[in-house]
Amino acid sequence: MTGTAAPLFAGTSLNARDRKVEWLVRALLGLMTALLILPVVIIMALLVVEGGPVISWEFLTSPPVDGMTAGGILPALVGTVWLVVVALIASVPVGVAAAVYLSEYAPDNWLTRAINLAIINLAGVPSIVHALFGVGAFVLFFRFGTSILAASLTLAVMTLPVVIVSTRESLQAVPRAFREACWNMGATRWQTIRRIVLPNALSGILTGIILEVSRTSGETAPIMFTGAAFFLPFLPQGVLDQTMAMSLHLFVITTQVPDAPEALPFGVALVLISMVLAMNALSIAFRMYVRGRKKW
Amino acid sequence: MAEPAAAPAPAAIATRGLNLWYGDFQALFDVNLHVKQGIITSLIGPSGCGKSTLLRSCNRINERLGYVRTTGSIEILGQDIYAPEVELVQVRKQVGMVFQRPNPLPLSIRDNVSFGHRLHARGRRVSRSRKEELVEDALRKVLLWDSVKDRLDTLATELSLEAQQKLCIARLLPVKPAVLLMDEPCSALDPKGTEAVEELIWELRGEFTILIVTHNMAQARRASEETVFMLIGKVIEHGLTEDIFLNPQHRQTADYIEGRYG
Repeated sequence: MTGTAAPLFAGTSLNARDRKVEWLVRALLGLMTALLILPVVIIMALLVVEGGPVISWEFLTSPPVDGMTAGGILPALVGTVWLVVVALIASVPVGVAAAVYLSEYAPDNWLTRAINLAIINLAGVPSIVHALFGVGAFVLFFRFGTSILAASLTLAVMTLPVVIVSTRESLQAVPRAFREACWNMGATRWQTIRRIVLPNALSGILTGIILEVSRTSGETAPIMFTGAAFFLPFLPQGVLDQTMAMSLHLFVITTQVPDAPEALPFGVALVLISMVLAMNALSIAFRMYVRGRKKW
Repeated sequence: MAEPAAAPAPAAIATRGLNLWYGDFQALFDVNLHVKQGIITSLIGPSGCGKSTLLRSCNRINERLGYVRTTGSIEILGQDIYAPEVELVQVRKQVGMVFQRPNPLPLSIRDNVSFGHRLHARGRRVSRSRKEELVEDALRKVLLWDSVKDRLDTLATELSLEAQQKLCIARLLPVKPAVLLMDEPCSALDPKGTEAVEELIWELRGEFTILIVTHNMAQARRASEETVFMLIGKVIEHGLTEDIFLNPQHRQTADYIEGRYG
């Protein structure tokens, strides 16, 4: 029976062409993905190779000396931690509360939609504009002066949209059936939120906070005019002090200190990135722990 | 319609001239329903006829949607639940609801059952043994105790669908409702599960007034004492289940139960 007619399932020339297109598309998409990863790999490799030798225990635990051409980065390191922590304390409660209101209480009308739109637009405001707002509002109007408080509040305002949007999305991912189950046992909205909705949205909320930490610790513009100092070899004692910060320090030694050794900025950048990665890793671990207990 | 002779006890659920709109769409038209206390009444009719809407109006869970408008009245045990002084939480305590898909909370079996009680026992100290007793009573009543008594701390969402649905009934009991609303409680279950849950519902007859929406006419026929037939937002016929199925008074009822549409 073979060879007399074309087999039933033989490919045509059209099939061959389709297969070629398929291969081409796959290759192209893969290439784009590789292009995306490449810079990240190169940056990390460069930082480790160039900046690695600079890093030592002493580098992390002593202040810069000799016009910032030598010594360590301790004040900047501690300063960045202060800025991030105070910004978190200011933005997380407000952001989560706003998200809970928008997701669980606000009626679905034009006002709510306008607020949601405004929040998304706020996320797109350039950080330098936030910096100017911070100077006007926190440094001058509230008279916090150039301080950690003013800088952190500026950072908080800047990252609020991220917290609100990610929190709201994770609240809305909690199945409606859970809420109905609670209401039907006579639970109020708040009882439902506190006992069921929030605990189940926790991992999503943490994701938003991770994003916020990453962004906050790297931002330079918003803290430049509001609280970060060019050079300040002491550790901050409270939120009304000025402080050095990793991001600004990196900018300063790269552009303002001509005789700084070439490896120094790489070292600072490496520490900054490792810090962010470490914080992210910690949050991710916590998130996985939370998620592990949740099953639905 | 089968009205009681002298109306000795108030109806479990009585609606008068109930109209309901979702936005511009009218889902219920002038519904006058009288559900007797302590029996199982089933609500049948083709998809979209308003039976779930009617059911969900009876504990005002519909309102959460925000764009629902109602006129007319619904009385539960003789009290208008739309009266201004009514506390929604108290309505929900009296009128429990079981959903189509079992929706246990993502908590342990024990916490699922005691959830409602904990909400309402606020401040008052409840002894540990009393709590255990409540959980056991509720689980016994839904015929679940023997199979879960050794794993009360496992997640309720890991139970079989049948057990989950029983649990969803059990967790209403510590709140001490008078009326149980069930929205196709067996449609997500396999035949064995359906049989078990139906049996359970039959067991609860007498102690609770049960209003059950079902798509399954055989289920209405074997598991309810009275049947209400609805069509496009109106109640067409309400009577003893055997009368509805053997001797329907309306052409539309007859056509529906014979399977000519729906």
